[in-house]
Order: sequence, then C-alpha cells, then structure tokens
Amino acid sequence: MKVAVLKGGRSLERGVSLRSGARVEDALERLGHEVVSIDADGDLIKRLTAERPEVAFVAMHGLGGEDGTVQELLEILGVPFTGPGVAACARCMDKVLAKHQLRDAGVPTPDWFAFNETAFRELGAADALSELEERLGFPLVVKPSRGGSALGVKFAASWFEVPEALVSAFSYDNRVLLERFVEGRELAVSVVGGEPLPVVEAIPGGGDRYDFEARYEIGRTDFVCPAKLGEEEASAVTVAALAAYEALGCSGFSRIDLILGADGPQVLEVNAIPGLTDTSLLPQSAEAAGMTFEGLVERILELALRPAAA
Amino acid sequence: MEETPHRRRAHTRSSDLERYAGLFAARTGVMRSSAMRDLMAITARPEVISLAGGLPDTSTFPAGTFAAQMTRIAQESTAEALQYGPTEGFAETVDCIVEVMGAEGMLPDPDDVIVTTGGQQAIDLICKTLVDPGDVVVCEAPTYPGAVPVFCSYQAETIQIDCDEDGMRVEELEAVLAGLDGEGRRPKFVYSVPNFQNPAGVTMSLERRRRLVELARQRELLVVEDNPYGLLRFGGKPLPPLYQLDGGDFVIYIGTFSKILSPGIRLGWAVAPPPVMEKIVLGKQASDLCTSTLTQHFVREYFSEGSWREYITSLVEIYRRRRDTMVGALRDHFPAQATWTEPEGGLFIWATLPDYIDTSDLLAKALREDVAFVPGQAAYIDESRGRSSMRLNFSGVGDEEIREGIRRIGKVIAEQVELYEALTGEQPAVPAATEQTPSRNESRDADVLPFRKTGEGAA
Repeated sequence: MKVAVLKGGRSLERGVSLRSGARVEDALERLGHEVVSIDADGDLIKRLTAERPEVAFVAMHGLGGEDGTVQELLEILGVPFTGPGVAACARCMDKVLAKHQLRDAGVPTPDWFAFNETAFRELGAADALSELEERLGFPLVVKPSRGGSALGVKFAASWFEVPEALVSAFSYDNRVLLERFVEGRELAVSVVGGEPLPVVEAIPGGGDRYDFEARYEIGRTDFVCPAKLGEEEASAVTVAALAAYEALGCSGFSRIDLILGADGPQVLEVNAIPGLTDTSLLPQSAEAAGMTFEGLVERILELALRPAAA
Repeated sequence: MEETPHRRRAHTRSSDLERYAGLFAARTGVMRSSAMRDLMAITARPEVISLAGGLPDTSTFPAGTFAAQMTRIAQESTAEALQYGPTEGFAETVDCIVEVMGAEGMLPDPDDVIVTTGGQQAIDLICKTLVDPGDVVVCEAPTYPGAVPVFCSYQAETIQIDCDEDGMRVEELEAVLAGLDGEGRRPKFVYSVPNFQNPAGVTMSLERRRRLVELARQRELLVVEDNPYGLLRFGGKPLPPLYQLDGGDFVIYIGTFSKILSPGIRLGWAVAPPPVMEKIVLGKQASDLCTSTLTQHFVREYFSEGSWREYITSLVEIYRRRRDTMVGALRDHFPAQATWTEPEGGLFIWATLPDYIDTSDLLAKALREDVAFVPGQAAYIDESRGRSSMRLNFSGVGDEEIREGIRRIGKVIAEQVELYEALTGEQPAVPAATEQTPSRNESRDADVLPFRKTGEGAA
C-alpha cells in the first residue's frame, strides 16, 4: 500500500514529530508498504496531489498537525488518515474546550478557570484573579490552552507567582487556564481503536514535575508499564480514560493523561496524536500488551481504512 | 555516482533501550543535550532571522585566495596533505600559532603548543587530563554554553562565579576558594573567557587579571584562559592576556583559528606547561591521533601569504558596524527595563529583561515572528538561572537582518511587559531603580547581572 507519512511541520514539537515520523516510516517499510515521507510545509498539498497515497499516517504533534488543520486538508483531498478526525483533534488540542466537554460528559477533571489575553488587557480580568485563591487554592498549575507537551506549563505556589506564570503561558497561546493542582500518581492510558492498553505510570526522577526535556529523554523520568495498580484502581483509571476518549470523539488512537489522587482518577488532557518515538508512552503500552511497533502501526492503518472511521 | 541502497536499521523498542541503559556509563546520565534542542530545531528554518548562532562571517573570505591555496597544496604537497600527521601538529602550524599569539603580546615556547581540532577539543582534552568525577571546576556565570556539556560529561562539580561588566568577580572567586579550603578541597582549574566573553560580551579588567594570576600563583591553581575573540577588538585598549601576565606557569591557554579565519577548518590549539602537555598529547592520541593535516596545510599556505592581519582588520570593521547596528536597534526596540552589554569586541551581546520574563518561553513567541536567540539558561549549570537573559549574536547576519530581528524581539517583549503590567497594575520601573517587584522569585535574584547599560556617550 502507498502510505504518506506526514511529519515535522512548524510546531514547537517539530523535533519530536520528526522522530515519531522516522520510526513510523521504518515500520511501514518493514511491513512492505511503499512510503512517501512528507515534511509538512508549503508543498503539502502539491505533494499529496502528485503522490496520491492510499492513506496518510499523521505523525505530527502540536499546532498544525494535531489540531485538525492537516486532517481538514486530508478530508478535502479525500485521503483517509490515521488518528482522530478534525473535530476530535480540535477539541483535544484546546485544553479549555476539552475540559468543558469532559465536565459536561461527567468525566472527572480538575477544576479550572480560563482567561484569554483580551480579558486581562481590556477587561481588567486581573481583578478577578484574587477569586482564585478561594475557588482553586494553591498551588495551582498555569497552562497554555493549546500547546503540546509541557511547554509553558508552570506551577504557582502562591498568588505572587501567578502573573509571571501567566506571562510564560501566554507566550504559547492567547488563552490560558489555571487549574487546581491535584496531588497524585501520574498515569497515561493509550487507547487504540477503542481498546485500552496497559496503564503507564510516570515517576519523575527529581526536579520539576513538568519538565519538557524529561518527557523525551531517557533516564530523566522512569516509566512503569503496566503501572502497579490495584484491580479497582486500574479499572477506575481505564473507565475514566475511555470515557474521555468517547467524550472528545476520538477514533483510531489517542493517549489520555490522568492523575490518580485521593478522590480517584482525574483526566488532565487527551493527546490526539501522542508521540511515537523510542521513549514515547503509547509504544511502551503496546509492547506491554504484546504488540510490536510494526503491529501497532499496522493496526492504526487498518483503523484508518475501516469504513466506520470515515 | 552510483546509487547505494540505504540499509535502515529497525528502530529500537523500549525494552531494547532498557537493555542498553544497563550498559551506559554513569557519565551519560549527566550528559544532557541542550535544554533548547527542540526549540532550536525550528531556528534552522530559512525564514528565521537567527541571532542565536555564534557564526563568524565567512562570506567575505576571498574565494580566489582559497582556490589558489588549495591548488598550491594539491600541486606541491598532495601526499603529505592526505597523510596522517604528528599528534602535536606540524611545526609550521605551530609557527603560525606563535605568530598569532605574538600579535596579542604572548611569547609561547613552540614545544608547549598542541594543535587541536578546534578550541572545543582543547577544553575536552584539558578536562580529560585533569578532571576525575566529582572534582571541582570553576567557571564564570554565565559561561560559554559549549563548555557546560564538557564539564558535565567529565562529571565535574562545576561552581560558577558571577560576572559584572569587568568580567569574573575575582573577589567572589577568593571567597569560594576559601570555602573549599574549609572542606579540604580545591578546584582542578578555573575556566575563563577574559576577552569579550561568550555569552556576556564583557572583558575582565586589568586589575582582576592581575589578581587572578596572582591567586593562581599563590595557590598553585591552574587557570584555563579561553581566548577565541581577543584579536576581534573594535574599541578600547587591548589588555594583556592572563597567559602573558603569568608567563605560562599556571595558565593553560586555548586559542583558535575559528573566529579569525574559519571555523570549518576545525583548527585550535592549547598551550600548557610541559608536564600537563605531556598528558594532553596522550589524551589526544587516544581521541583522534592528530588534527586534520589538510587544513593545517591550508593555514600554513594562508599565513605564508602574509595578509592574515588585514583579513582580521576587515572582520573587525564588519563586526564593529554590526555591533553598532545591534546596539542602536536595542535602544530603539527594547523596553526601558532591559539592560545589555556593549562589548568592545567579539560576537555577542547579553541582554537582560525584567525578571518576570522567562526567555525560553519568550523564544517560543519570538519563533512565531521568525526570529531566534539563545535563552540565557544555556550558559548556566543550574538551569533555573539565566532565565531572564538572552545571548544575541551580531556577527553572523547582516545589518538589515540585525535591525529587523531586534525589532521583532522587541515587539514580543513589549507584549509581555504590557501583559504583566495589566496583570499587576504596575507601571514600568525606571531602569536605574532596580527595586524588586512583589512577584519576584527570590531564588532567582542572582540571575540579574549588574551589567549597566554602557556606552551612553562613552566608548
């Protein structure tokens, strides 16, 4: 089969995407597919029109590739593609939108407030910040609404740290959220074709909890898969993850990040197109479930070509 | 050329990684790639104006000269130029080195010189020779970002001494040395870039140079003087190198052709006292046997032409203009709260912003405007420092791009300043009154170097 692998692009996660893409290309070649490697830039449409692939494997992360933009173009061209559709990508990429959807669907997610830059610049929203202490408490987590990985994510231990954290978060997006910090274990559940894979636990090796580098470097964070969880805990985590996957309308594959706190699991975010590098969590989970990387790639392709996925 | 099929290996699985992980040396755990690696991947886009690199301008090197020299090498010394050479380097290359050092008033014994694969290898070999895991190494804060991974990979415990506009605060060094004495420890060496330091652009004062050399002598302490930019002086009076002041007993000197000729030829050198040099030579044998003989021939031919000084003079003129352009653009486009150094030479300006701005995050915003710089944290071992500073390079791009690049960075900074003021209701602080804002994170106080905005009328 002729498969176009879309990777790179202009997002801040370009580097990770190139690694994901390269690994997918290798697997596809070993599976006997004809691979067309496309670094998504101004020539994307020209390349796709000229090459006419039967399916596109989207290995892009962050804005442009994971937010529905590329998916929309693929729909226009009539090229089936891997992973969630346009709407699900758009919902997952926008954490504020995603959290609303989750709350509406009854999926537990930490309390939050969202602000856009206009609110501060023009509407005096700074005066509302004092409400935060009462409503969310400290510490809290400040995040850009749209942004992959942990870029721009800061902790604020007290009110005095909030403005600085907001300035950082607004570097990545014009909307940010301030989220209640939930103490607990960091877990990730990957879902492929509606089926959950074994839970991964991330155990940070010291330093900042949210550390961009740690996520992609061997040795900075320990990953345990399957996570050591009691039967009930594991079931509660999986149920929450699947509910999030459904609530956001995901299909193909996705990864749900959760915190398992004293009050049970809470969904932090859903990654529409999680990393597929050597150290990424989805491939680790697949391996723990007895699936090779080639097997995983083949399965994701099948799901993209299933009539129901269209 | 015949097409060779590529064999691409199967990518490793996570269980394979674990298997290899058990084999890795402990030092790989601290060998960290630069924090900004992924962000920096984007700076390579052609539309990005990069003030991030440290590239000298090689575009004005006459192509005809290059062609003539390479032709002469081919005609007269093909066999030798394609052969291995001595580990220490060719005597003729060392003659060129002695000539370059002479231009800055130094008179090394040619036997004390080793030709290395760039100045970077000299740093590596010196660490290889002197540093055991856990040994203390002292350097400046901020320090050359390229030295940080070298110190880390030899598992040194690196202590950074703050700089001000007169370079490393030697009195602070004395306090640190006294503290170490109390623990029965002493540093293996003190690493310094005294001239137009990378990244801060500052130059160590004569008084501090004298004091540092005196300290080295009193305490029998080695000082590693890294001087890539000394000949690239645009203004002010040249100061004697540490090596000259010391006479080469306790100062190990690192030089390079990278900034005065070409970084592509990968030719640098180290000068060290004979017992140290003996070990450095053994270390280099193990590393790469010898430095490129081909490029050593090139340097020999180039120096025999006798116009190397004129080329440096032409570079100095270009860089002086670009520095002036950058300083002018900073005045026009950076906010009143920002400070920056105005170097009298070299390639870099170090700018410090209000402390609520994290320059790593700012870089993400700047990249959307297609402009890049190096966030300050790259110059610190403790990555929580340098967060409000940035290194700006003025040698690698033309005047127009410098102006436009600084304008774009200024624009994103202004947006952050405006936002912060909206968030806190604060009015912009007068630059002279550097009172702390209430939101200031105490642990980061030491980040802001006391660099005043220099050159307001002077220089």
